[in-house]
Amino acid sequence: MAEIAQPQTDDASLVDARGIDKVFKRGSEEVHVLGGLDLQIPKGEFLALMGPSGSGKSTLLNLVGGLDRPTQGTVTVAGQRIDNLSNRRLAGWRARHIGLVFQFYNLMPVLNARKNVELPLLLTKLGAAERRKRAEIALEVVGLGHRMGHFPRQLSGGEQQRTGIARAIVTDPTLLLCDEPTGDLDRKAGDEILDLLTALNQQQGKTIIMVTHDPRAAERATRTLHLDKGRLVTDPVD
Amino acid sequence: MKFLGLIFGNLRRSKTRTILTILSITVAFLLFGYLAAIRVAFTVGVEVAGEDRLITRDKVSLINLMPKSYEADMERIDGVDNAMHQTWFGGIYQEPRNFFPNMAVEPEELLDMFPEILLTEDEKQAFIETRTGAIVGRTTADRFGWSVGDRVPLNSPIWPLKSGGNTWDFEIVGIFDGAEKGTDTSPLYFQYAFLDEARQYGQGLVGWYTIRVTDPARAADIAAAVDAEFANSPNETKTEPEGAFIQGFANQIGNIGFIIMCIVAAVFFTILLVAANTMAYTVRERTNELAVLKAIGFTDSTVLGLVLGEALVLTAIGGLLGLGLAWLLVAAGDPSGGQLPVFYLPVSDVLVGIALIVVLAFIAGFLPARSAQKLRVADALRR
Ligand SMILES: Nc1ncnc2c1ncn2[C@@H]1O[C@H](COP(=O)(O)OP(=O)(O)O)[C@@H](O)[C@H]1O
Ligand SMILES: [Mg+2]
Repeated sequence: MAEIAQPQTDDASLVDARGIDKVFKRGSEEVHVLGGLDLQIPKGEFLALMGPSGSGKSTLLNLVGGLDRPTQGTVTVAGQRIDNLSNRRLAGWRARHIGLVFQFYNLMPVLNARKNVELPLLLTKLGAAERRKRAEIALEVVGLGHRMGHFPRQLSGGEQQRTGIARAIVTDPTLLLCDEPTGDLDRKAGDEILDLLTALNQQQGKTIIMVTHDPRAAERATRTLHLDKGRLVTDPVD
Repeated sequence: MKFLGLIFGNLRRSKTRTILTILSITVAFLLFGYLAAIRVAFTVGVEVAGEDRLITRDKVSLINLMPKSYEADMERIDGVDNAMHQTWFGGIYQEPRNFFPNMAVEPEELLDMFPEILLTEDEKQAFIETRTGAIVGRTTADRFGWSVGDRVPLNSPIWPLKSGGNTWDFEIVGIFDGAEKGTDTSPLYFQYAFLDEARQYGQGLVGWYTIRVTDPARAADIAAAVDAEFANSPNETKTEPEGAFIQGFANQIGNIGFIIMCIVAAVFFTILLVAANTMAYTVRERTNELAVLKAIGFTDSTVLGLVLGEALVLTAIGGLLGLGLAWLLVAAGDPSGGQLPVFYLPVSDVLVGIALIVVLAFIAGFLPARSAQKLRVADALRR
């Protein structure tokens, strides 16, 4: 029997989403994707989000990451309401608090690995030398210290994804959001990415939310939630 | 400035397209700069015309001659500081296509009236004392390789000599420069006394008058007083400011300024389409990348600025290259091999060109930049 994930009353939750509805309008038709969803994530958790395609996993990730706003409900991250911020302030908030890892890496093809990793730092007050140094450290962390001058097309899929992770962590964000980070990789490269995320979680205490289809990936997480009919459940409905 | 890497990276993405766009912008600005120099050549004098100078000519036609005695009458009118006469000689050097203006004047009057004609004291003295002496502007002297002391024969179809024939011999006694960049340094001046004594007919007649007024603010009143003085005489007059006179003269060969404006406008409209097209493409094929930038925290206005910045870099490279080439080409000499009185690219036109670069970037980049600004992150990331 599926049980509804209980909202925690824990004030220490890093992420606290309550009563979330998300409705998309497609012409005159309304698509109800999330309905009455609650989600609490404590600091330091590695959460896996699973669910069938089209169930709303990316939509939920976007709401938590401030890429979109809920139709109903509130999203609080590290004590700050983000669902009612203006576009401009939300962009600034994302720059400071969110690191994003995409399924298809989404690197800038015209920039080399180091410049790609430096991109989020352009939004800070850091000087050029400091930006460069931090980008290089982030690339060292993901094991790409020897590939800094390479352009994305000169890197393998796994290397591109590691560059993507370096870009996501270079600002030391509050939350790392990964949308199917291994979805485009073979098993070996995928495992390396999962090792990296596990290390970031365990050694550096990064709070991570990872959307995935792959049960093997979900095994790495400290908790797994399933999206079903617009709500979160702790076990899949058979 | 830290975003320049991103901007240049994007321009390198499609090198062929970027280069072709920049080249077309370069050509447009080259044309703009070169035509500006040509426009100045044709309207030369209008800007540097003395605002305290009037020109009086025969009311019926510029080519009608007037009595020399008018000078003294003019100088008696209140507000007239000085008056001098000039007579068109129409002299040709070797062949008709070697055209340049040449006039008979009274040397002392000329030097007093036109302080922008720069000569050494010796040259001035020689001009005043040499009956067949002539001074010539630097442009024409360089064009024909004349120097002081040369004897120059000019053929005047208007003025046959008493002694027969149309060939007049002059001695170059001075070569003048202009005090200002726009000063016409193409004319040749020689003594009216020589013309009047040696010509077969027309004794005592002159072409037109230049008047200097005591107070430029009263120029219109003084011009009216001059024309009133000679009303109902055999030679009624028409007096107007020197600038208007020169403009009217230039207009006889068509409104060059207007024609050039039309050409430049057409060219700029075309490259506006080229640049706008390039910008529209580069933004459309980058929807996903722009969305990623927004996702990692770039604000809508920063993205707007990035696209406008890209347009500006594109037009600035092409535009400055074009203006620079125009400058070099103009400096290399005028297209007629020296027939234009002045030929240079005025700083004011360079500044207009730089303003055009910015305007062009803004218009070409505005719509794509707006659509990039309005892109909604969550929607655009799904594409
Ligand atoms: N911006 C949008 N506009 C319209 N419909 C959307 C939009 N984003 C998501 N949807 C719809 O919402 C549903 C959930 O999408 P998504 O969150 O991407 O699912 P998942 O990531 O679980 O595969 C899908 O039916 C999708 O078509
Ligand atoms: Mg998805």
